[in-house]
Amino acid sequence: MVNSEASEVKIKAREVTVHYGEARALHGIDLDLNANEVTALIGPSGCGKSTFLRCINRMNDVIEGCRVGGAVSIDDQNIYSDEIDVVELRARVGMVFQKPNPFPKSIYDNVAYGPRIHGMAPSRAQLDAVVEASLKRAGLWEEVKDRLDAPGTGLSGGQQQRLCIARAIAVNPAIVLMDEPCSALDPIATAVIEELIEELRRDYTIVIVTHSMQQAARISQRTAYFHLGNLVEHGPTQAIFTKPENQQTEAYISGKIG
Amino acid sequence: MSLSFLFFCLLGLGIFSFLFGRRRIRALSAASATQGIKQHSRDIYHGSFVAVCAVLVPLVALLAWTGVSPLIIDAMLEDFLRSQSPDLSVGELGVLMAKVKAYYVGSLPNSFANDLMRDGSDYFAAMVDNSAMARATIVILLSVSGAAYGLRLLAPRFTARPMVEQIFEYVMIAASAIAILTTIGIVLSLIFETIRFFDKVPFLEFLFGLSWSPQIAIREDQVGGSGTFGAIPLFAGTLMITFIAMLVAVPVGLMSAVYLSEYANPRLRGIAKPAIEILAGIPTVVYGFFAALMVAPFLRDSGAEIGLTLSSESALAAGLVMGIMIIPFISSLSDDVINAVPQTLRDGAAALGATQSETIRQVVLPAALPGIVSAILLAISRAIGETMIVVMAAGVAANLTANPFESVTTVTVQIVMLLVGDQEFDSAKTLAAFALGLVLFFITLMLNVLALYVVNRFREQYD
Repeated sequence: MVNSEASEVKIKAREVTVHYGEARALHGIDLDLNANEVTALIGPSGCGKSTFLRCINRMNDVIEGCRVGGAVSIDDQNIYSDEIDVVELRARVGMVFQKPNPFPKSIYDNVAYGPRIHGMAPSRAQLDAVVEASLKRAGLWEEVKDRLDAPGTGLSGGQQQRLCIARAIAVNPAIVLMDEPCSALDPIATAVIEELIEELRRDYTIVIVTHSMQQAARISQRTAYFHLGNLVEHGPTQAIFTKPENQQTEAYISGKIG
Repeated sequence: MSLSFLFFCLLGLGIFSFLFGRRRIRALSAASATQGIKQHSRDIYHGSFVAVCAVLVPLVALLAWTGVSPLIIDAMLEDFLRSQSPDLSVGELGVLMAKVKAYYVGSLPNSFANDLMRDGSDYFAAMVDNSAMARATIVILLSVSGAAYGLRLLAPRFTARPMVEQIFEYVMIAASAIAILTTIGIVLSLIFETIRFFDKVPFLEFLFGLSWSPQIAIREDQVGGSGTFGAIPLFAGTLMITFIAMLVAVPVGLMSAVYLSEYANPRLRGIAKPAIEILAGIPTVVYGFFAALMVAPFLRDSGAEIGLTLSSESALAAGLVMGIMIIPFISSLSDDVINAVPQTLRDGAAALGATQSETIRQVVLPAALPGIVSAILLAISRAIGETMIVVMAAGVAANLTANPFESVTTVTVQIVMLLVGDQEFDSAKTLAAFALGLVLFFITLMLNVLALYVVNRFREQYD
């Protein structure tokens, strides 16, 4: 369902290849991701979808022996060019991980961490405002507003993941990457996060890796199917799930492979 | 029979019982297999059970007899000597007993011995022989009857496995009890001797006295013969040297730990980490003469260049070298705890745009802090207990000073000084060593408890 409200291309991947040492994990991916849409990356384990996700904020840089080829552009600017500062890039591209990973700090400090290191909120009052706004956006404010000094690690799994989302959006990124954000959560916490993603779509471009077909179908506008390091098929979610063009895609979606 | 021979006998009996028990259960099971009876435990457990029956009780008896019999024989010898010449004083009797034993082992020439000693020696020899004979008889009898008892119990449905497992549990308990009982014994002896010390020297004078000069006069009228036992200078010296050592070891150790775990590539790390750990393997006496012969003179000379007066034995020299010695404790332990911080936390910080050093300072180190603190506390207890470097490089003079360029001394050094040479075991000088030892033990114990507390209190911050 590519409707008229959103079709501006935010992220452009061209001929993206990734090597881990000698092994090639991605074989030249061409993919456009639209602004203010949720794009789901699906595919069997080891198909390269997480690797591709990590190309968008250059998280692959920190992995030893990992080389990225091709180009990824955000707003028509290649993020792999020499002028790009990784620190600045990651302030624009937030990320939420598979397992909730709050820092061993208070709830407040977790959310305030990004604004602090980027010097975004010079005064305490401004910082308070950012923390409150972020926690509200992440739907966590009501649950934690009376214990902002409590350790973030003391929250439940679902709350921790929403805390991580609040932490990611506190630096006001344009894009939020999510790497199986619900795989460690129970169905109720998952539902809360999914609602949140739908809500966040208005302000952010969201790319989500997921193993759950139903989740991809529920929350995404576009879906890309990866297999063995190749992008097999991509398009509007509804089309992919109802009449996939490729046989592999159909086999995966109907549960025959994966 | 000698102890070692008896021991090997017992071992042989054990092996024999094992093999015999295993054979017997095979025969028994083969006989009853036709009636459809399934063997409960495997053959090896039946064999082990018989072997344990044959060895365990006799072994305890052997050790107990070996421990107790010398005391009994001594008492009997004493009775014998007293019956021979009833008018000996306690002191003379003690000397006589020592001479009898010396004659028995042949270190007292015949010409020095008298008839009483010869008789005593004969009596003693007879007693020792009897004791060894009785010991051998009892141990072997116990072993054989134990094996017989075990063999009688064997049957296909006999539950040998749980029994053997249970016995092994008891053996493990006994092993850990040895360590615990030893600790308790040492602490108790420290406490009792310390109480005796405080009979001679007031408690408050020891803890808060500012002067340490433990010489006791040989003659009553000697100058300065009374001795003072104020421990403050010693603890001040210990604290100062430990502090200097920590000033060196904590930053260097921590930074090398961070480098090794966060920056170094795996190959370099594989070489550098063991290389740093070699520092911990250098004997402290080597550090000691390194400090005394190279570092201290170097410090004194370079101090003189810039107009500072350093004594050739200084707290600074000892502290610096001790700091070097402790680096591997801090770096190696910290490296381990830093590595244990989950990669997801580093990824989380990096994804927010934190630089590597920001990630380390603000996320990794705080997460690893409990482990780092306990590493530092362990290093401190190590520094407090260190003796050799201080003896050689910081001197033995009990100065109460805050100047690291002067010579100071520490608690451990003074314990050594108190106990070197001929000692009487009831003088305040000797007993002071126990008091110092007890206080030192208490301090390191508290540091270890604190380290454990810190680790437990903050352990589950990330998970």
